[in-house]
Amino acid sequence: MQHIKRATFAAAVFVASLTGALVASTSSAQSTNGDATVKEIEKYRQALSDGNPAELWEARGEDLWKQKRGPNKVSFEQCDIGLGPGKVKGAYAVLPKYFADTDKVEDLESRLVTCMVMLQGHNYEAARKNPFGSPERKSDIEALVAYVTAEARGMKMNVAGNHPKEKEAYDIGKAMFFHRGGPHDFGCVTCHGADNQRIRLQDLPNLTRKEPAQRAYTSWPAYRVSQGELRSFQWRLFDCFRQQRFPELEFTSQGSIALTMYLAKNANGGVLSAPSIKR
Amino acid sequence: MKMPYFASSLFAIIAIFSQTCAVAETAKPTQAEIVMKASFKDRGQAKVDRLIQDETQRLCSQYPDKRPKEITGKIEALNMKLVKYPADGKMLGDWNEGEKIAQSGVGKQFSDNAAQPAGGNCYACHQLTRQEISFGNIGPSLYHYGKLRGNTEASQKYTFGKIYNAEAYSACTNMPRFGHNGILTEDQIKHLTALLLDSNSPVNQ
Repeated sequence: MQHIKRATFAAAVFVASLTGALVASTSSAQSTNGDATVKEIEKYRQALSDGNPAELWEARGEDLWKQKRGPNKVSFEQCDIGLGPGKVKGAYAVLPKYFADTDKVEDLESRLVTCMVMLQGHNYEAARKNPFGSPERKSDIEALVAYVTAEARGMKMNVAGNHPKEKEAYDIGKAMFFHRGGPHDFGCVTCHGADNQRIRLQDLPNLTRKEPAQRAYTSWPAYRVSQGELRSFQWRLFDCFRQQRFPELEFTSQGSIALTMYLAKNANGGVLSAPSIKR
Repeated sequence: MKMPYFASSLFAIIAIFSQTCAVAETAKPTQAEIVMKASFKDRGQAKVDRLIQDETQRLCSQYPDKRPKEITGKIEALNMKLVKYPADGKMLGDWNEGEKIAQSGVGKQFSDNAAQPAGGNCYACHQLTRQEISFGNIGPSLYHYGKLRGNTEASQKYTFGKIYNAEAYSACTNMPRFGHNGILTEDQIKHLTALLLDSNSPVNQ
């Protein structure tokens, strides 16, 4: 009940703030100065963070974590997501990292799939078939992501990156960040390579500079008001590449984890505020 | 007797060596390219072959900010050759149509219908008119573009060419090559040229 009340409150705040932002936009229509609009958007973000429906995903994720599931009828409670079996608190801050049992660098989402397969006995394809949920079909992965990241809220990003495979992933991720291609010649760097850039009114963090890179990375995953869903970092990359006019980035692919490694390591020292709330 | 033999084998070695180098330079993908190819899949109109770079994309990825002057010159020269001006010599279309194209952000994403014409999405990066306050700042403001430059034959040719292939004028710009890469048709680019230069266009009010 507590959660549902919070969500209703958040929705009401959203409508009220949006109305405020629209009024502000109209009143500043005569000037070419966008500062007033930017300030209104900032106020709207502040108001939103008061009641974040991400809590609903966090609660569902905690239940899923503790339930005995899959053909083997075991919970995630022996799952190692970075700090050892069953250790959830702060684990998200050290990801991605190299795991000896799979001999791979893994991010949170791929590690959840690994535990669903290795511990719970799910089929690999079945474990990763619904990565991004919709109102009709909620994603278990997104709920688990919400729970695990909430358990690292307030902690500092601390990705090691010293293992040869971690270094390799970082270098591949960096090359992907600067790779321009497709019909628009876009790369990540097109939108995220300079300070104070905007698409329309949407701010774009400069991911090549420490401070904005920390602020951006530590705010994901996030509840997206416009979608009514909690979105994971894998989703963030998937949808960036869609807008980059690239083909589909495959969920938990090696490239997706490499790019996450590049962005996560660059955010080291940043304090995690996820799951946050965004427009 | 010995010299010609030595010389010919040396030539043979050089020939093999340079051949190997040429192959290595053009054909061998980097590790990142191998991983990328395996990490994306075709969806809708966006096929995996979009990851393959042409020379401009490759050079701009290699030198994201500072690059040698020769590289800048090379990119601009090769793209200048790729600008196709209208056969009838007319560069100006209808600014009303241009405004619609400038507002539209659809096109070329895997979520877009390939049968529908793409937009130019100019407002994503540029200010154009006083009326539209939702504009980005990745590109410079184009408000009063025609008023400042004049609607001359030279400015029409420059403007059409810049929209058609921006890399010809500014190597490694963030601006897409709308004509060269088939995002917009020749007619659509004429409409945008009119939006920028026509004295009746809201850009010049």
